Amino acid sequence: MKVVHYINQFFAGIGGEDKASTLPASREGAVGPGRKLAAALAAEGHELVATVYCGDDYAASERNAPAEILALATEAGAELLIAGPAFGSGRYGIACARVAAAASAAGIPALAAMDPSNPGVPEVAPAVAVNSGDAARHMGDALTKMAAAAAVLAKGGTPGEAEGVIGGASAGARRNSLAPLTAAQRAVLLALSRLAGGKTTEIKLPDFGHVAPAAPIADPREAVVAILTEGALVPFGNPDRLESARAKHWFRYPLTGRDTMAAGEFQSVHGGFSTVVANADPNRLLPLDVAREMEASGEIKALHPDYLVTAGNGTGVADATHFGVEWAAELRRAGVQAAILTAT
Amino acid sequence: MNLVPIAARVGAPRIVPTRGIPFPAGDPSLDPEAERAWRRRLLETALVAVSTEVHKPTIFDPMLVAPAPA
Repeated sequence: MKVVHYINQFFAGIGGEDKASTLPASREGAVGPGRKLAAALAAEGHELVATVYCGDDYAASERNAPAEILALATEAGAELLIAGPAFGSGRYGIACARVAAAASAAGIPALAAMDPSNPGVPEVAPAVAVNSGDAARHMGDALTKMAAAAAVLAKGGTPGEAEGVIGGASAGARRNSLAPLTAAQRAVLLALSRLAGGKTTEIKLPDFGHVAPAAPIADPREAVVAILTEGALVPFGNPDRLESARAKHWFRYPLTGRDTMAAGEFQSVHGGFSTVVANADPNRLLPLDVAREMEASGEIKALHPDYLVTAGNGTGVADATHFGVEWAAELRRAGVQAAILTAT
Repeated sequence: MNLVPIAARVGAPRIVPTRGIPFPAGDPSLDPEAERAWRRRLLETALVAVSTEVHKPTIFDPMLVAPAPA
């Protein structure tokens, strides 16, 4: 089978963050990590015919990017598509997931490789997600698993645990079982264990991963600053139907020509607190009036012309992580150096 | 204020505590002029925060960080 490999601008050797806006492009044959993949595929009788690559910012935040990338893969004759491995990288993982999902939906068997914690995982279906491990030190193993999973796909089969496929049940998933003691008895035993310095638990606390803080900006007077909110502040009437809880969407609204968030023109649709005070003066949620003042006085170089908004109310951690990755990509592409996000 | 430990727990690198969940950039108990001064202080603090190197979730208290009102 003819296989097309999707990778990002970094693994294609184009460059790092400074090249994250690189448009989708295609090269004949294997590139970078694709070489080892090509060798493993050749052993199974498959040919890696082309490599399609794209900058992470473009791939993860441009609506048409997955379709453009798929078109390049199809042009190259893809009969099977392999994306990644993206490891723990959010934008790259989302891009791999969307490209593989688009290919699969178009009838081209596809897989995307990434860490199970990658925010791209929920978007891989109907393609196959392969566990790559969380960092590039697992590259060798990841490529071996990807080639094995691809071989199964090529035969019309369904790759499984043996090929490192990420299952529906994550490590933190709960299963029902019958406990010999009642909840009250177990609670007392856990409390006693705790008093004795133990750390036993029946429910593991979620692991939110690690967020590497961005480097500080040198001087706010030279910076383009964005204001963002998860306070569900939307134009009056909520034209895009932002959810008031468990949001699956975020929106972008223009601030151009506005010096203040006027009451009656914006409203919060947040379902987790009383919005009366915020609606009386929406600057209490999104501090546009003072931000404009600081722009005029030169305390910041400029205010980003749009604000981004979602509803932070019972929002799934995976969804929120996803929004964060997309917001960061969008702001970086727009040349924003700092963001102030109000939280409710 | 009670969102601060949550923000730190999930790893928000730079955190500015404010006065209430329904009004993160305001304080309706103040008269309009004083409220606007408070909002300015919050943004000034936020600008100090984004200009400061941090390695873990770090709290920037607007009463300590921003310059005193004139």
